Amino acid sequence: MSPETVGGLGARLRRGETTPAELAAQARGALQSIEDLHPVLRYTDALTERQAGRAARMLAESPERAGPLCGIPFAYKDVLCVEGVETSAGSRILEGFIPPYTGTAIQRLLDAGAVPIAVTNCDEFAMGSSNENSAFGPVGNPWDPSRVPGGSSGGSAAVVSAGAVPFSLGTDTGGSIRQPASFCGVAGFKPTYGRVSRYGLIAFASSLDQIGPFTRSVEDAAHVFTAMAGHDPRDSTTSPLPVEPVATQVARGVAGMRLGVPREYMAEGLEPGVRAAVLAALAELEKLGATLVEVSLPSTEAALSTYYIIAPAECSANLARMDGVRFGLHVDRKSLTDTYLETRGQGFGPEVKRRIMLGTYALSSGYYDAYYRQAQKVRTLIAEEFDRAFESVDALVCPTSPIVAFPKGDKSDPLSMYLCDVLTIPVNLAGLPGISIPCGLSQGLPVGLQVIGPRLGDAQVLRVAHAYEAATAWHAQMPPSSPTATGTPS
Amino acid sequence: MTSTSAVSTLDQVMERWEPVIGLEVHGQLLTRSKMFCGCSADYIGSPPNSNTCPVCLGLPGVLPVMNRVAVEYTVRSALALNCEIPEHSKFDRKNYFYPDLPKGYQISQWDMPLSLNGHLTFTVDGEEVRCGITRVHLEEDTGTLQHAGDILQQARSSVVDLNRAGVPLMEIVGEPDLRTPAQAREYLVRLRQILVYIGVNDGNLEQGSFRCDANISLRKHGDTGLGVKVEVKNMNSFRAVHRALEFEIVRQGRLLDQGQTIAQETRGWVEAKGATISQRSKEYAHDYRYFPEPDLPPLRLSAEFVDRVRAGLPELPQQLAERLQREHGLSAYDAANLTAEREDARAFEALVAAGVPAKAAANWLMGEVARLARETHTPLQGSGLGLEGLASLVKLVEAGSINGSTAKELLEELYLAGGDPAAVVRERGLGQVSDQAELERLVDAVIAENPAAVADFQGGKEQALQRLVGGVMKATSGRADARVVTGLLRERLAR
Amino acid sequence: MTLARDQVTHVAMLARLGLSDEEVERYRQQLDAILSHVDRLQQVDTSQVGETAQVGGLVNAWREDVRSECLPVEKALANAPKRRRDHFEVGAIQE
Repeated sequence: MSPETVGGLGARLRRGETTPAELAAQARGALQSIEDLHPVLRYTDALTERQAGRAARMLAESPERAGPLCGIPFAYKDVLCVEGVETSAGSRILEGFIPPYTGTAIQRLLDAGAVPIAVTNCDEFAMGSSNENSAFGPVGNPWDPSRVPGGSSGGSAAVVSAGAVPFSLGTDTGGSIRQPASFCGVAGFKPTYGRVSRYGLIAFASSLDQIGPFTRSVEDAAHVFTAMAGHDPRDSTTSPLPVEPVATQVARGVAGMRLGVPREYMAEGLEPGVRAAVLAALAELEKLGATLVEVSLPSTEAALSTYYIIAPAECSANLARMDGVRFGLHVDRKSLTDTYLETRGQGFGPEVKRRIMLGTYALSSGYYDAYYRQAQKVRTLIAEEFDRAFESVDALVCPTSPIVAFPKGDKSDPLSMYLCDVLTIPVNLAGLPGISIPCGLSQGLPVGLQVIGPRLGDAQVLRVAHAYEAATAWHAQMPPSSPTATGTPS
Repeated sequence: MTSTSAVSTLDQVMERWEPVIGLEVHGQLLTRSKMFCGCSADYIGSPPNSNTCPVCLGLPGVLPVMNRVAVEYTVRSALALNCEIPEHSKFDRKNYFYPDLPKGYQISQWDMPLSLNGHLTFTVDGEEVRCGITRVHLEEDTGTLQHAGDILQQARSSVVDLNRAGVPLMEIVGEPDLRTPAQAREYLVRLRQILVYIGVNDGNLEQGSFRCDANISLRKHGDTGLGVKVEVKNMNSFRAVHRALEFEIVRQGRLLDQGQTIAQETRGWVEAKGATISQRSKEYAHDYRYFPEPDLPPLRLSAEFVDRVRAGLPELPQQLAERLQREHGLSAYDAANLTAEREDARAFEALVAAGVPAKAAANWLMGEVARLARETHTPLQGSGLGLEGLASLVKLVEAGSINGSTAKELLEELYLAGGDPAAVVRERGLGQVSDQAELERLVDAVIAENPAAVADFQGGKEQALQRLVGGVMKATSGRADARVVTGLLRERLAR
Repeated sequence: MTLARDQVTHVAMLARLGLSDEEVERYRQQLDAILSHVDRLQQVDTSQVGETAQVGGLVNAWREDVRSECLPVEKALANAPKRRRDHFEVGAIQE
C-alpha cells in the first residue's frame, strides 16, 4: 500500500478522520522507526506542537481557505533556517547554531499550516552527491541501506522514499534534489532559479541554489511549489513575475507536446539498466501523444568543469562568514589568525575544504581569467544551447543520473563523485526548472527520469512529469518492506 | 627639529622632488537605512550591536537588498563631480578576513562602478587646479573594532560592534593630479563642501562620516612616470592631511636623496608624534579575488534616470558663488565666504529678497551673525531672532533709524531671545539721533567742553577725534549717527 | 600543469584553512586531479560570448530607503561564542 499523498491526507483531515497532531505523531513515529538509516538529525518538537495547533485552528475556522498543505507533516534539510531551531548545515562548524529568524520558503509553508517534524541529514553545506559528507554520519537508502540515498539532500529523499512523511524540502545546486530523488524512487523538483526565495537558505552557490520538494506524486510537488514560490523582497534574485497556478495545470497531459531528447545525455556512460528504463519511459511518453525529437546540447561535456569552477568560487566566499566570531564553532587561540585557521580547519570537512580551496584558487590573482571568467562564458554557451533547443521543443526528457544508487564508500575519489552530476548540473547553470520522477528499477534499484523545462516553465515540467506518472505505477513502488535489510534487494 | 628647519627642509625637498598625490575619500551616505538592509544608517550613539539584523550581522542564509536612494545619492555625487554614468554597472564581492567584516567579504564595486572620469576644479594660491576623479562607486561600511588598550599592535584582544556594518559608503577616487599638501587640502575642502551641499553626506571628519586616505610618491621634476607610492591613512582632519603629507614629502625626499628606495607600504598618521608610522602588515598581501555579486542583479541606469537625478541637483557652491558675484556685485572673497555653507548663502539671498542691500547683508552675516552663531552654538535659522528679525534689524540700520552700535547691541540681546527689533527700538526710544540741528548742537557742545581734545586733534592726533565722537555718543546714550557726528566734527574743526 | 605545494598553502591561507602537512599533500593531489579535469574548459571557444553572472535576467532590484526593526541585542549576540558584555570578542589581531 503506497503512502498517502498530500491530497489524500488533506481529505482525511477535512473529513475529521484525523487531526494535524495525530498526523504529526504518526510521522514522528515513522521517522523514528527508520532511524537506522540516519536521515534525521533532530526533531522540531516545540515547533511541531505549535504548528499542529495552528493548523487545527485554520481547519476549524476556515477549512475552505486552508490550502492543501494545512496540517500536513513534513521534514526539511539542515540548511534551511527556522527561528529557534538548530540548523547546522550538516557541519561541525555550525553545530549548535540557532537562527534568530525563519527563511521565507519555510515561513510560507508554516503560514499555509504545514507541520514540520524533523530536520534532515545532508551533505555538509550541501556539497556532495551521496550524503556521505555529513559531519553527523551518512544516510542509508531505504531501497538498500548499504547504499547511498544520493546527495546532497539524501536525508530529505530517504524520509519520503520510506513513506514516513508525504513531503520534504531539499535544495538543488548541481542536482542535489533530482539525483537523490532518482536514487530513492521519489519525485524531486528543482524550480526555475529565482522562483523560490533563497532567504534563509544557507548559501552554497548563490547563482545556482534553489529550494524544492521531494514528494510521492507530481501533484504534491505542484502544491508545495505553489505554497513557496513567488517574489520575495528579501531575495533580489527572485522573479517579480506572478506564479502560474501550476497545480491546476498539472493534469493537462502531453498530447501534442514536442519533447526533446538531448543526444549527449543518452551517450555512453549510462548503466544499461538506466538506459533501458529511460528508453521505456520515452516510449511511454510517445504513446501518450508526445512527439520525441533528438536535440543536441554540445557544451554538455564542458558543464561539469564549468560547475566545478563557479560553484566552489561562490561557496568560497559564502563560507567565509564561518569564522568563529559571531556564531558557530570557535576554537580558541591567542591570535585571531590562529583562531580562524583552527576553527575553519577543524570545523569544515574534507569535501568542503576542497571546494573552498578550489574556488579560492579559481578566483585568485592570475587565475581569474583562465578559470572563473572562462567558466562564466561557457555558462553563457550552455544557457544559449538550452534556449535554442526550447525554440523547437516544449521540454527535454532524459535520465537524471547515469547510474543507480551505489554502495557507501564506493566513490572515495572526489572526481568520480563529481561525475554523478553530469546530467543535472547543466540545468542549474542555465537556471532552468527540472524534475526527477521514478521510471523503473535497475538491479532492483530506482531509476529516475528527468524532465527539464525552459526558464519559468515550471508548469510545463510538472505537466510532462504528471502525464508520465499518471500512466505508470513506478511512483507507487515502495522500498522492500524491511528497512533494516542488509542483503541485496529482491 | 625646530619648525624653521622643518619648513626649509620641506621647501628644499620640493625643489628637488615633485610630489604626486592622489586622494581616496570614503563618505557615508545620509540615507535612512543601511545599504543592504533596513537597519538605521544613523548609528552614532547607539548602544553596541543594537542596530543590527540577520543581514548586516552576516548570519548564514541571509541576502542583501539594494537601497535605491543610496544609488541615487551616489549618482548625484558623481554628477556634481562631472563624472560619466555608464548605463551598466554592478556590485562585486571583495574577499578578505577581518572581524569587522561579518560576511568575510565586502559588497563593493570593482570593474563596473557607478561612475567614471570626472573632475574637480578649484583655486589654490591663485592657481587653478583641475584634479581628475577616476571613479565614484558605492559599497557597504564595515563594523567597528575597539582594541584592548586602544593600540592595535599590542592588543591581546579586541571587541567588535556591528552597528556600522552595512551603512552605505561612497568611495571617491581622485587621480594623482595633486602636487602639494595645500592642493590636497583644498581638494578635500571643496569635495566635502559639494557633498554637504547636495545633501548626501554630513561632512563630519571627526565622527568618520567623511574619511580620507592619501597615496603619495615623489619624482624628479619633469618626469612623467610615477615613483613608489605610499598609502597614508588615519588622518582625521584637514590639518592632519596637510601635516601628514608634508611629513611624507620630507621623509621620502630624504630617503631618495640618500639613494635609498621607498618601500611600497601603508603608513598611519600618528597625531601625537607628528609622524607617519609603517603599518606594514604580515606576509599575506591582499588578494581580494573580486567577482560579481551573485545575490544582486546588475544595475541598468537609463538616460532618463540620470537626467532626473541631474535635474534634482541643487546649485553647486562654485556656481552659486559666481552667481552671487554677478547678481549682487559681491567680491569673490565675500561670495566664497558666504557660499562655504549652503545655509549662509540661503540666508544671504533671503535677506536680499527681504529688501536688505547686498553688501550690508553680506557684512552682517559674515561678521556679527557668524560670531554669535559660533559663540551660542546656534545657527541664524535656529535662533530666536531668525532671518526675519535680522532683516528687520539691518533695514533699520540702513534706513538710519538706529546706528551701527545700537544694532550690534540689539542683535546680541535678541539673537537667542527673539523679539521684534522695530518694536524694541520704539519702546525704548533707541532711535538714532540723526536730526542735523540736534547733532550740530551736540557737536558744538562737546567741542566747547573738550578743548584739550580739540587742540590735540588740530595738532595732528587723529585719535583725539574719537574722544570727541565718544563724547557725543555718551550724550545721546549711544544713539547718535556716528558717521554724521564724525563728519560734523571734522567740518567744525577744520575751520 | 601540476599544482605545487606552495600554491596549496597559499590558497589555504587565503581561505584561512589550517591544514597539517599531511593534509596539504593530500589536498594537493586531489585538487591537482580536479584541476586537470577542469582545465578542459580552456579548449572551449568563448571568443563570441560574454559572461553570465546571473541567469535571472533581472536588473535594478532595489528597495525603498525605509527602516525596519532591528534585532534586540540579546538575539544579535545569542550565538556569540566569545562575548564581552554587548560586544563580540576576538583574540589578538596583530601577532
